[in-house]
Formats: sequence, C-alpha cells, structure tokens
Amino acid sequence: MGPTLNNVLKFTDLPRMVASRWGDSLEIKIDQERQLIQITCDPEVLQDLCQWLFYRQGYSLATLIAEEAPPEWVMRYILYGDTGNGQVHVLTRFPLSRTKVPSISPAIHAADWQEREIEDLFGLSFEGHPKLGDFILHEDWPEGASPMRTAFDASRLHPRQESGPPWRPEMIVKTPGAFMMPVGPVYSDTAESAHFLLETVGEDVVRTIPKFFYKYRGVEKIAEGMPADHALLLAERFSGSSAFAHSLAFCQALEAICKIQAPPRARALRVLLAEMERLRHHTAAVAGICSSTALAVAASQTSIIEEDLLRLTCRLAGHRYFFGLNTPGGLARDLPDGECKKASEAAWIVLDKLKELHEMLRFTSSFLDRLEEVGSVSRKKAVAYGLVGPVARASGVSRDLRVAQPYAGYGQQTKFQVPREAEGDGYARLRVLFAEAEQSVNLIHQVASTLPAGPVRTAAAPTEGCALGWAEAPRGAAFHWLRTDGSGNIRRYRVMPPSFVNWHGFHLAAEEFAFQDFPIIMATFGLSNAECDR
Amino acid sequence: MLKWVRKGLRAGIKTTGYPHTRESAPGISPGRPAAMLCDGPQEAGAVAGRCPTGALSNQGNMIRVDHRRCVHCGRCRQDHEHAMAWEGGYEWAGGRKAPGEMAAAFSRSLHIRILDAGACGACLSEIKQISSPYYNIHRLGFFITPTPRTADVLLVAGPLTDPMRLPLERCYAAMPDPKRVVAVGACAVSGGIFGPSFAAAAGISQCVPVDIEIPGCPPPPLALLHALLMVAGKTKQT
Ligand code: SF4
Repeated sequence: MGPTLNNVLKFTDLPRMVASRWGDSLEIKIDQERQLIQITCDPEVLQDLCQWLFYRQGYSLATLIAEEAPPEWVMRYILYGDTGNGQVHVLTRFPLSRTKVPSISPAIHAADWQEREIEDLFGLSFEGHPKLGDFILHEDWPEGASPMRTAFDASRLHPRQESGPPWRPEMIVKTPGAFMMPVGPVYSDTAESAHFLLETVGEDVVRTIPKFFYKYRGVEKIAEGMPADHALLLAERFSGSSAFAHSLAFCQALEAICKIQAPPRARALRVLLAEMERLRHHTAAVAGICSSTALAVAASQTSIIEEDLLRLTCRLAGHRYFFGLNTPGGLARDLPDGECKKASEAAWIVLDKLKELHEMLRFTSSFLDRLEEVGSVSRKKAVAYGLVGPVARASGVSRDLRVAQPYAGYGQQTKFQVPREAEGDGYARLRVLFAEAEQSVNLIHQVASTLPAGPVRTAAAPTEGCALGWAEAPRGAAFHWLRTDGSGNIRRYRVMPPSFVNWHGFHLAAEEFAFQDFPIIMATFGLSNAECDR
Repeated sequence: MLKWVRKGLRAGIKTTGYPHTRESAPGISPGRPAAMLCDGPQEAGAVAGRCPTGALSNQGNMIRVDHRRCVHCGRCRQDHEHAMAWEGGYEWAGGRKAPGEMAAAFSRSLHIRILDAGACGACLSEIKQISSPYYNIHRLGFFITPTPRTADVLLVAGPLTDPMRLPLERCYAAMPDPKRVVAVGACAVSGGIFGPSFAAAAGISQCVPVDIEIPGCPPPPLALLHALLMVAGKTKQT
C-alpha cells in the first residue's frame, strides 16, 4: 500500500533485516503459526523502526495500544502487511513514573489521532506531536483525570468542571468577512451527533474542522472487569450498523487467546453473514448519497432495497442487525442450508435492482455533476493517513483484510475481487460501493452453495492471554485487541474501528468546496460517529 | 428526470396498511421474549440467570421479562433445555404517564424532531426507515421537522452520553408546549448495556421527562409507528 515497493522483504527475512539495522537494542520473537513478528525496542528506536516498516516495507498501521502493567507501561504498535507478510507488533516498555513517549506521528501521520486519544485518556504525553489537548474528552472534563487509568472509577458519572467559552480554533483566513460556520451537533434528520466548524469567506468553505466524541461511551473502559461474553455485547452494539463485523473481530480475538478455531461450517456462515451486512450497509450508503443530492426517487427506491435486506436478515438470522449471532468459538445457532440458499437467491434479486439503479444514476447528469471532482482525496494522502475501506479503495489503495490477513472462511475457497478506483472523488467512492456490493453477492452465492456440514460452535474455555482479532467491516479494517485474566474476564480492551481512521482523513476531502456540497462529501465518506466515538 | 418518475411509478405501492390492518410480512420484527412458566423455581432461576442484562427475573415458577432492559441478545432462547419462547409483534411502546394525561392535543398532525444521544446506529437506521416508502409516516400526518421550534415530539435514541446532555436540554426547552418525549430503544429507556457509567447516563429520563418508552434493541419501524400513533391519540395505550 505504501509507495512503490520494489525491495520489500519477505516476511521470513524481516527479522534478520530488522536485527541488522537496529542490532542489540531489539528483542525479536517470531510466531510462525500466527504469522506474527514481535519486536521489543527502546522508545528511542520506535519512530525510526515504525517509519521503516510503514514506508519502506509497506506495512499499514492497525492500532496503538497503551497498557498499564505495573510497574511499567507497555506500548504496542500493531502493523499489518499484505498477503503473506503477516503482522508486526512493536512493543516498548518504560516505568509507570515516566509519562512521556516519543511520538511517531511526525513520521507516520496515520498515528496522529491515536496518539491524541491515548494522551487524552491515559494522560501520557507524546513528545514531538504537533497538536495535543482536548480530543475525546471535551472542555468540561477536569484536567488530570484520565479515565483509562486502572485507578479511575468508571461506574458513575465523573464530576465536570465549569468550562469557559465554547471551543474555537484559530482561523487561517484573516480577511474581513471570514467566519466560522458551526454545524451540529444536532441535525434536522437522523444524522449522528457530531460538530463541524466550516471556515468560510462567504460562498466557499476553506476548510473543515471536526469536533467529535459527543457519543463517547467509554466502551474500552466499561468492558474492563466484565466476563468476555458480556463484553461481547459491547463489541456488537457500539456500532449497530456494522455489528456483525465487530462482534466477529472480537470473537476471533478471544478464539486466538483460547487457541481454538471455529468449526468449518461456522467459518463459512460467518462469511455469508458478513457479506450480507456489507451488502446492506453499502445499499444504505448509496441511499444516503442519493438523498444528499436530493434525488428523491432514487433515495426512496434504495431505501426499499435496504428494508428488503433488513427483513431478509431477520428471517435468516432472527435479528434485523445480526445481533446475537457471533459467539466465542463460532455461532450461537445454526442456520439451515435451505434458508441460506433462499437468502442467496434474494441477494441476486437485490443485485439486479442495484445494477439497474446504478445504470440510471450513471446517465443522470445532474447527479453526476454533484459527485464528480467533489471531495477528492489523493492516493498519496490516503496512504499517509492510513485510510481504509471503500474510501481508500476509491483513492487507489486496495488493501483489504479479507485478502491481506485472511480470517473466517475467506482466502480458502472463496474467490472475489477487491474493487479499486483511481480518482478519489465522490463518484469514485460511489462506484466502489456498487462494485463491492456485487462482490458480496458473489461471495454469498459461493458460500451458500458450498456450505460444509457439521457443528457451528467449538467450546471455549476461559484462559489468560492477549490477542488481536480483525475483520474487514463494511467501512474498512476493524481491530479488536483483548487481554483476559485467568477467569476469562477482560483486563484491557482496545477497539480501532474504520470510522475513526477515516474521519481523521475527512478534512482532506472537505477543503475548498461550496457550502451545498458538504452533505454530499459527508455521504460519500459514509462514516459513522457511533463507530468512531465508541 | 422523467425516467426517475417512471421508475417510481413502476415500483408501485409498498406501504404497510398498519394501523388499519395488521402487518405480518416476515422480517418486520425480531420479536421478543415472553413471560414463561417453568416446572420449578430452580429451573426458572437457571433460565433467568442466563440473561446478561438482568432483564429476566423469576417469581416462583414464573419468569418475568423487564423489556426495558432486554437488548435482544437471544441468549435466553438458545440451545438449552429450558429456552424462553419469543413472541412476535411490534406494539411495544408503553406510557410513563396515565392515559388521561396524554391529551389529544395532536390529533391532526405531528411534527417530529430526532436527537441522537449516543445511539449505536441501529435505532437511527430504524427511525430513518419510518419515512421510507414501506412505512411512510406522511400518510398518517407525521413529519420530521428540522427545528425544535415547530416540533411536537422529540424522538431520542442512545443512553445519553454526557456531551449530549446540554444539547438535549436545549432542544427540549426550545420546543413549544404541549410536547412529548419518546425514548427509543433499550439505551434511551434504561441505559442499556452502556449506562450508567462515567460517560453515559442510565437513559434520557435523567435529563428530560419521558412520556413514552419503546423498548427493543432496536425497536423495529412498526414499533416506532405504534409509539407515534399513541402520542397522536390514535391507538389505545398498552
Ligand atoms: S434476549 Fe438477552 S437481554 Fe433479552 S431477556 Fe433474553 S437473555 Fe435477557
């Protein structure tokens, strides 16, 4: 995904290369089975090493994890490569009394928001980070209280402080008449709560400054101490529009800790259900784009398809949003072969309708005018920000966890393509959504016609350990990292959802545009604040 | 543009007949657990103990369901000897006030304002569906309004995250009297699995007076319609 990678090393050569470059200051462990290299290094080497992995070796940044493990802090930087290149987990440790960590953001901009988050929630400070301060927690949160620290009491509302005048960033444009136009946090329809300041000189918006985390529910914190299957409810419900993908990533992390694998039938069904979710999500996203351009008939026709898919899901899985299906070790209940076949037939009909819609949209010039060359993100920027999912693929970055880090039933018999477009504008994003929906229907069909027989659940005995689980959610890469104690309770839970990553890059698309294009740029990004804020 | 008009016409009418007729298309509602009689208190206790949110309680042989807490996880109906039976339907809304207090002030039309107080996206998605052709609230005289100043009803989803407390208070204050507040989904009703905590409340009633609660995770579109009909005085209260 990085720049041209002619001299990328093979996974097996990487440890040797790392050792020869950084020598004695490192400790390298290789887990062949999991395709995982763990490198422990001094904080001083961190930036250099991560930069080399990211830009020279083409690894993507999955997430940063801070862990309070007395007597020390453990910082974990998780990177993942393309097919066959596995994962690299870079660890660094330092005493709890130390509160400063060198920032990797100056080298890897993709880490920017993640470092800000850790600073805000743990009270660690990242040296060299260009911008720290209120981020997840707003102005009225008292200084010095760090909710992710172990000692913090998460059970009741924390007292807030009087806050001064509302937050206003410095204006770039100094000409007379320039002003900041506030949008949100409450909207006129079902849009999610989020706040934007649009810096403008009149007709055109110069830049967009977001303020998020109005929906911060502290999921990572409140999961601590919970039995794993209770925390699963949080993983499944913090982002209802991508519940299956997130519960899948969570369960796969637990399965890795317990060293078990879901049975083949469950792995196949997980693909079927995950693709049904993607299909529904993309249909809803297309409906959102149509209504943002005021194309009412297209929007209502697409929302009919969306409701058809919700009903189909309910008939197949017992719940309109796939709640209650994933369970550690597989699925909570089996789905009959016949029902899966029926669902696959229904998915074909949906695809026909979507194709017809796409054809009509392609020749509706008033619609295309609103999307073409609107909200563009270049490939270079998409790489630097580590963007994921359909948004990244519309800017020419095609890394997809289903291919790069196969899980569940992906990568075995299933065949599909990862669509990619080059322009990076709103129209490219729409085309990627349509193309991915088609691939999902193909996948549903493949799985439904080759379902293996057998049980859908392997028993999972609670054990102590830590592991990463992942899934390509409808909006892009989702990572859930867990540490459990001996009785299977959660000690640390880290979620990195695609909306968090892509919202970070949203401002790239929302620069120098006309006011009326704002909803369109928002809709073509198709992100969720529930998913971002957690 | 003509082709879009034709497409719209070709698609025909999809709209539900509810409330004049019962809607029974498959997949409109996940259903929910129903109170159940067990062989003995021990079994009842074992079934109730499987619920992760404390929605089930046993009184002797009887298992009762507190729908305000149920998050539709389905664990009570899974592969155990004593599985809870689930009932279909969607008329789930319940009033927090006596029926007489719900004056028929809005019998002509209702203007609805939506507020996201930390919802996960599923409730909002179901709310979005009520104005789509399948459910089409406009035929009932219900409209989504862009400003609280003209709103009769406030639909709120989510457990009430702390930063949304002030916007919710302000939105409620800006609505003219008479006004009604509807809590949508287990989170808004009871905090669900998120509240109370350092970041969220135990539902929106901690901030504004709630008139009607719709349990469910999420409540399907017809449950929302039922609640709105209740506000408009067009249905009996359950
Ligand atoms: S569905 Fe889940 S939350 Fe609801 S009563 Fe059953 S076990 Fe409890």
